[in-house]
Amino acid sequence: MSVAEKTRPVEHPVAARDPRIADEHGRRIRAWEVALRYLLLLAVLALTVGPFLWQLSTSLKGPHEDIFSSPPKFLPSEPTLHNYQRVADTIPVWDYAFNSLRVATANVVTNCVGSALAGYALARLRYRGRRIATLVFILAMLVPAESIIIAQFTTMRELGLNNTLIGVVLPACISAMNVLLMRNAFLNLPYEIEEAAFVDGANAWQRFLRIALPSVRGTLAVVAIFAFMGAWDDFLWPLIVLSDPSKFTLTIGLNYLHGTFANDERLVAAGTIIAVAPLIALFACLQRYFFRGVGEGAVKG
Amino acid sequence: MASSTTAAEVRRPSRARRPSRAPRPLRVRRHLPTSPWLFAAPGLVITGVFILYPFVSTLVNAFTDRRTLIPGKFVGLANFRELLHDDMFWIGLRNSTLYVLGVVPALVLLPLLLALLVQKNIPGITFFRSAFYTPVVASIVVVGLIWVWLLDERGLVNSLLETIGVGRVGFLSDQWLLLLSAMAVTVWRGLGYYMIIYLAALANVPRELHEAAMVDGAGAVRRFFTVTVPAVRSTMVLVGALSSVSAFKVFSEVYLMAGPDGGPAGEDTTLVMLVQRTGTGLTGRVGYASAISVVVFVVTVVLMLLVLRADRKEEA
Repeated sequence: MSVAEKTRPVEHPVAARDPRIADEHGRRIRAWEVALRYLLLLAVLALTVGPFLWQLSTSLKGPHEDIFSSPPKFLPSEPTLHNYQRVADTIPVWDYAFNSLRVATANVVTNCVGSALAGYALARLRYRGRRIATLVFILAMLVPAESIIIAQFTTMRELGLNNTLIGVVLPACISAMNVLLMRNAFLNLPYEIEEAAFVDGANAWQRFLRIALPSVRGTLAVVAIFAFMGAWDDFLWPLIVLSDPSKFTLTIGLNYLHGTFANDERLVAAGTIIAVAPLIALFACLQRYFFRGVGEGAVKG
Repeated sequence: MASSTTAAEVRRPSRARRPSRAPRPLRVRRHLPTSPWLFAAPGLVITGVFILYPFVSTLVNAFTDRRTLIPGKFVGLANFRELLHDDMFWIGLRNSTLYVLGVVPALVLLPLLLALLVQKNIPGITFFRSAFYTPVVASIVVVGLIWVWLLDERGLVNSLLETIGVGRVGFLSDQWLLLLSAMAVTVWRGLGYYMIIYLAALANVPRELHEAAMVDGAGAVRRFFTVTVPAVRSTMVLVGALSSVSAFKVFSEVYLMAGPDGGPAGEDTTLVMLVQRTGTGLTGRVGYASAISVVVFVVTVVLMLLVLRADRKEEA
């Protein structure tokens, strides 16, 4: 205990002095324990990333290569992009990708704008009915989408928007959860700065745009990323609302590809890689917002 | 609306609600009195039209025989009475319940162990953390199709099983194995997500607790149960609540792995799959599907309350 007491002021005293590996307490970890950790890490790595690599490998295997061999062959002997070409010949995969991109982009814009505005109103502006408005969003957040999906479908029909991409976007275009996330972000800002602007005669719109919004960019980024992922990955709702194959998004297109060409594993594999690659790239670039989003989302959800 | 808002403006900062702030001098409001509502309007309209109205409409439709193209009339409890005699409904309820029972314990425990594994700052650990999160990033459709291929009769898993002499297993042809495989996929995809939640919780565990326990001679396993688990208990409850609600509403994994009809003789149909199958399309039975939706809603609310109550009891 006393040793720990002494070492506390420095973050990793042992690690700093000694190249050997230390834990977060600054205590050295025994070599066999480190080895065991790496062994476990590699095992989990194989389990979590392996399936993606296997899919990639399958998608690169040519028509004459045995993909069913036992023991399995992990690397394609003569890698080819032929299967990607075939996906494009079989289904309009680039159109589907473009549809997904449009839906996801629209979802990002509407969620960022709509939830920032509403969040600001809930957090900062004083008006009668603010509590009721907050309650509306909280209640909406608690309603599971799956339990109202049929009524959403009939609502969309009543509006004449079923089988359109707008219909795909609308129900989640300003999600209650994002509104509440933004509300919390605005509530956490110190009020005094806005007070000062208020004294200087800035109106609500100016205070929102010039002062409050730039201070919550981090949360806004989280909202944007999750809106993008949510729309790009969504399956059940587009499946229900879209019936015309020319309007499919990528996920529905993949499901269609799988349903029609289930026996052509190389083809389906290439399709899934097309769908997942952009998101993995996005994740690789913006990791810290992804992780931050999990923390914030979990607190609310 | 404008007049009521103006009244609120006059009433202005209800200071009673913010006792910590020093009293401020009164000043003139310069923005238009309607602007708060303009700020909130898009969000309120969308939420009202696409969440709250459908919710009310689900409750109403559940008591009608509405179909997609036929308005329908009030039928009282007929839909719910029909549910009691509908084998498919009971199959769906069974599978969704089994899904909760199978998935939730795994998702409460495994990500915690994984978080402990990636918690220590050893070289390259950030790479591992990110890599373990990859399945969360991928679309559920991609994940489903990847596993359909992996678990295929001639897929990788069976190739490996044959290589080590176990023989091939029909993961996707047997009713129970199929459900179990889908659960495994759900757990696989959830690992990284809940791991991050646990990592945040573990960072807040005071290290003195671990040190004290070590001085007392407690081994790693002992410390896990006496220090770590109590310290992250509220996070475990949160994970339990989140994962049980989403497990009960499972759709995509089973839909992709078992097919739209829910596997052999529909025996792998889940409740949400049944909602989707019954209520959509031009011949959809909106009324009946709404009745099933009401059951889904009630069960998820009950699940949430149960988990939260378990939390309170343990705390007491």
